[in-house]
Amino acid sequence: MAAITLRQLDKHFGKTDVIKHIDLEIADKEFVVFVGPSGCGKSTLLRLIAGLEDPSNGDILFDGTTVNDLKPAERGIAMVFQSYALYPHMNVYQNMAFGLKLAKLGKAGIDERVRKAAGILQIEHLLERKPKELSGGQRQRVAIGRAIVRQPRVFLFDEPLSNLDAALRVQMRIEIAKLHRELDATMIYVTHDQVEAMTLASRIVVLNGGRIEQCGAPLELYHHPANLFVAGFIGSPQMNFLAATIAAVGDREITIELANGLHLPVAVPDMRNAAIGQSLTLGLRPEHLQVDGSGIASLSGRIMAVEHLGSESYLYVEQAGGAPLVVKSPGSSGAGVGERISVGIPAHACHFFDAGGVAVFGPN
Amino acid sequence: MTAGPHQAPSTRNSPLTRQRIRSAWLFVTPLLLVLALVAGWPLLRTVWFSLTDANLAELSAAQFVGLDNYHYLFDDPDWWQAVRNTLIFAGVSVGLETVLGLAIALALNARFPGRGLLRAAILVPWAIPTVVSAKMWGWMYNDVFGIINHLLLAAGLIAEPQAWTASPDLALAAIIAVDVWKATPFMALLLLAGLQMLPRECYESAAVDGVHPLKVFFRITLPLLKPALAVALIFRLLDALRVFDLIYVMTGNSRDTMSMSVYARQQLVDFQDVGYGSAAATLLFLLIALFTIVYLTLARVGRED
Amino acid sequence: MRNFRRLVGRFAFFVFLAAIVVYSVFPFYWAVVSSLKSGSALFSTDFWPLDPAWSNYSAVFREQPFGQNILNSLLVALTTVLISLALALGAAFALGRISFRGRTPLQFVVLGISMFPQIAVLSGMFELVRGLGLYDNLLSLVFSYLIFTLPFTVWVLTTFMRELPRELEDAAIVDGAGPFTILTRIFLPLMGPAMVTTGLLAFIAAWNEFLFALTFTLSSGQRTVPVAIALISGASSHELPWGNIMAASVIVTVPLIILVLIFQRRIVSGLTAGAVKG
Repeated sequence: MAAITLRQLDKHFGKTDVIKHIDLEIADKEFVVFVGPSGCGKSTLLRLIAGLEDPSNGDILFDGTTVNDLKPAERGIAMVFQSYALYPHMNVYQNMAFGLKLAKLGKAGIDERVRKAAGILQIEHLLERKPKELSGGQRQRVAIGRAIVRQPRVFLFDEPLSNLDAALRVQMRIEIAKLHRELDATMIYVTHDQVEAMTLASRIVVLNGGRIEQCGAPLELYHHPANLFVAGFIGSPQMNFLAATIAAVGDREITIELANGLHLPVAVPDMRNAAIGQSLTLGLRPEHLQVDGSGIASLSGRIMAVEHLGSESYLYVEQAGGAPLVVKSPGSSGAGVGERISVGIPAHACHFFDAGGVAVFGPN
Repeated sequence: MTAGPHQAPSTRNSPLTRQRIRSAWLFVTPLLLVLALVAGWPLLRTVWFSLTDANLAELSAAQFVGLDNYHYLFDDPDWWQAVRNTLIFAGVSVGLETVLGLAIALALNARFPGRGLLRAAILVPWAIPTVVSAKMWGWMYNDVFGIINHLLLAAGLIAEPQAWTASPDLALAAIIAVDVWKATPFMALLLLAGLQMLPRECYESAAVDGVHPLKVFFRITLPLLKPALAVALIFRLLDALRVFDLIYVMTGNSRDTMSMSVYARQQLVDFQDVGYGSAAATLLFLLIALFTIVYLTLARVGRED
Repeated sequence: MRNFRRLVGRFAFFVFLAAIVVYSVFPFYWAVVSSLKSGSALFSTDFWPLDPAWSNYSAVFREQPFGQNILNSLLVALTTVLISLALALGAAFALGRISFRGRTPLQFVVLGISMFPQIAVLSGMFELVRGLGLYDNLLSLVFSYLIFTLPFTVWVLTTFMRELPRELEDAAIVDGAGPFTILTRIFLPLMGPAMVTTGLLAFIAAWNEFLFALTFTLSSGQRTVPVAIALISGASSHELPWGNIMAASVIVTVPLIILVLIFQRRIVSGLTAGAVKG
C-alpha cells in the first residue's frame, strides 16, 4: 500500500493546459475521489498517476519515491476503466491472468490469485465465459477482479460505474466501499457523480479547470464549501445564490441587504474584513430553507412549480425583485402552483462568498 | 483524425513514451525500406534515365544527354495527342462517373425493396478485372458481330454498323463508356458512405418544413457531401490519369486513343528507347504529383477548418 | 392527380434502377452467353445459348497453359498480400496509435506512393528486376506489386487500427504489455476481420494487375491471367477467338464475383476506410 504525493504537477496537450500546478497528498489506505465537471482534468490527473500520461512538469511520488520514470506496470497500480476494457477474445480467467503471465508468475500462483479474486467478487462460475457473454455488472466485476489479482499498492478507478444502470450502480457502489475495507488499499476514484463521491470518499478532491478547488472530507465540503464553485457543485439540488451587500457591521453580527430590500442580521464567527457596502453572495441550501417561514428572516414569493419525489418535494419560488429560489419541503407538500409562500432562513444556513467567490466570515 | 491516443509531451518523455516511440520506428522501418526499394529507387532511376539516351538492350551504356529527351517530347505531335487523350479521358469519364455515381448513391440511400440486389449488381463491374472488362466490351463493340451494333440497328438509332473501337471519332468515347461502367460503382459506394454519415435531423426538419426534394438536394445534401465528393473525385481522377490497361487492351497502341502511360510504355518497351520513354513517364509523374499536392493541401486546409 | 404523379415518379425510379442493374450486369451476362456458344452460333445475337457447348472452355486450357496462368496469378497475388499484410500490420500500429515526431510526414509519403503512376517506375523497376535476375520470373511480380499493395494495406489498416478502443490498450499497458505484446496478443486477434477485408482488396488489385505482368514476363508459362487473356490471339488480328476469350474471362471472373458478393459489406467498409475517413 502506498501514500501518494503530487508535487507541482502540470500537464498540457499542445497549447491547452489540462492540469495546472497541482499539489496533493494522499495518505496510505485513503479512499480519495476526484470529482468535477467534464473537462476539469480529473481523468487526466488519474492517468498521470497511473503513468499513462507523461507530466509536462512536476513530480509524482509513491511512498516518498518519485515514480515519474516508472512504467505503469512497474508502479504497482491497477486500474479499472469506464468501458471495462476487457480483452474481448480472452475468457474471464485469461483476462485476469494476462498481467500475471506477463509478469512471469508461475501457473500455480496465477491460478491461486485468480480464484481468490473470483471468490471475493463471486464470479467463479463465469471464469470460462467471454466478455460478450456477460452482463454489464458482471463485466464490471471482472474488470475489478483483473485489478485485484495484481495486488497493487494503489487502485485507480476511472468512472467505473457510469455505464451501469441506476440500480446496479448503487449495488456496485456498496461493493466497492466494502472492497476498500477488505483490501485495506489506497484507492483513487474519478467520477462526475457527486453522490458517488459523497458516499465512497474518505476525502473528496473537487477539480475545476485543471485546479483543485477544495479538498476535504465529504461533510466538510458540504458544510463548509471553500468557494462558490464547490458550494454549487456539492449538494443537490444546487445551492441558491442571492446577491447581497453589507448594510451594517455590529459586534458579533453583520446585517446584509438583499436585492429586494430585505435586511438580514446574521451572527458570523469571523467578521474580520467585513466592511459596509461590500458586495457578497449569500448561499442557501434548498434543504435548509423552512417552508413554515421560521428563522431569522423570511423571503416571500409565488410558487412557480412543484416537483413531488414522494419522500420530499422541491418548490420553485419566484420572489418579487429577487432571484428564483429552490426550496426542499419534507414529505409531499400540499403547496400548489401559484400560491404565495414565505420561506424562512435559519441562522445557521447562511453561506457567504465575497466578490471573488471565496467563502468569507468563517465556518457557520 | 490524426491525433492519436498518446500525445508526445513537449518536455520530457517517460520510459513508457520512449519505449513506444522506439517501437514505432522499429515497426515502420521495414515498411520504409521496402518502399524505398520498390518505389523510391525505381522512381529516381526513371528520372535519371529520362536525362540519358538509355536503351533497353544495354541500360548500363546510358549517356547523359541533358534535357534532349524532353525537347523531342515537346516537338512530338503524338505525345501531345496522348496528353490530350489522357486529359479528355480523365475529365469526361470522371465527370460522368460522378454524376452517375451520385444518382446511384442517392438511390441506394433510399429504402426500397431489392436494395441489396442493386448494390450487389453494381459491384459486379467493379469485381471484373480491367483486362477482362476490356475484352468483354471489345466483343460487344465488334463491328460485324457485336451486340451493340445489333441492338442499335434494331432500335433504329444507327443506320449502319459502326466500327466502335477502330473509328478515330468513336474509339475514345467507346473506351470512356467502359471506364464509366467499371468505375462508377467505386464512386457510388464512396458517395453512399458519405451520404450515410450526413446528419439525419437536417432531412427530418426539411421534410417537416415541406421543402421541395430538389431544393433539399442542392441546398443540404450537396454542400454536406462536398468533402466525400472531393475525396472520391480526386481518387478517381488520379486513377484515370494513369490509365493503361483499358486503352492498351481495347485499342493497342493506336494513336487516336493512346494515353500518356501507353505512349511511355510504347517508347520504353516496344521501341526500346528507355531514355525517351522515361522522360514521358516522368512528365506523367509530375502531372499526377501536382494533382496530389493540390489535393493534399486542400485536404489539410479542409481538416483545419 | 397527386397520387397519379407519385405513381409515375415511383415508376420512373424503378425504371432507373432496372436500367442500372441491366447496365451493370449485362456485359458479364453477354460474356457468359457468348462463352457457351460454339462455332457459328457465336456470331448469332441470340440472348440465350440455344445449344450450350463447353468446347470454348476446353479450348482455353488446350491452346495455352491457362491452368498454369491461373496458378501463377494465385501464387503472385497470395504472396504479395501476405508480405504486404505482415509489413503493414506493425506500421499501421505505429501510424495509427503511437504519436511520434515524423508520423504525419510518413502518412503523406505512404499516401503519395499510393498515387504513383506505375509507368513512372517502369524503367527503374525493369533495371532492378533484370539486375536481380528476376526477369520472366514470378518473383519480379511479387516484388513490384508491393508498390501499390503496401501503401494501400498500410492506409486501410491504419484506419481500422485507430478505431480500436484506447482503454483496451491502456489496460494492456497497466498489465505490463509492451508495444509488441499489445500488437500481437491484444490487437491482432481483434484485427482479423479488418485483415481479411484489406487482404481481399489487395488480392483483387494484385490479381488484376496488367502493366508489370505484361512487361516483366515473357514466356507463356510465366504469364498471369490478365496477360494471358489479353494475349489470346487467332490466326490474324481480325480472327480473334472470341469464344475462347469469353470463356477465359468467365473462368477468372466468376470466383471474384462470388468472393465480392460474399464479402460485399466488408469490401464497402474497406474501400471507404481507405478514402472517406482518411
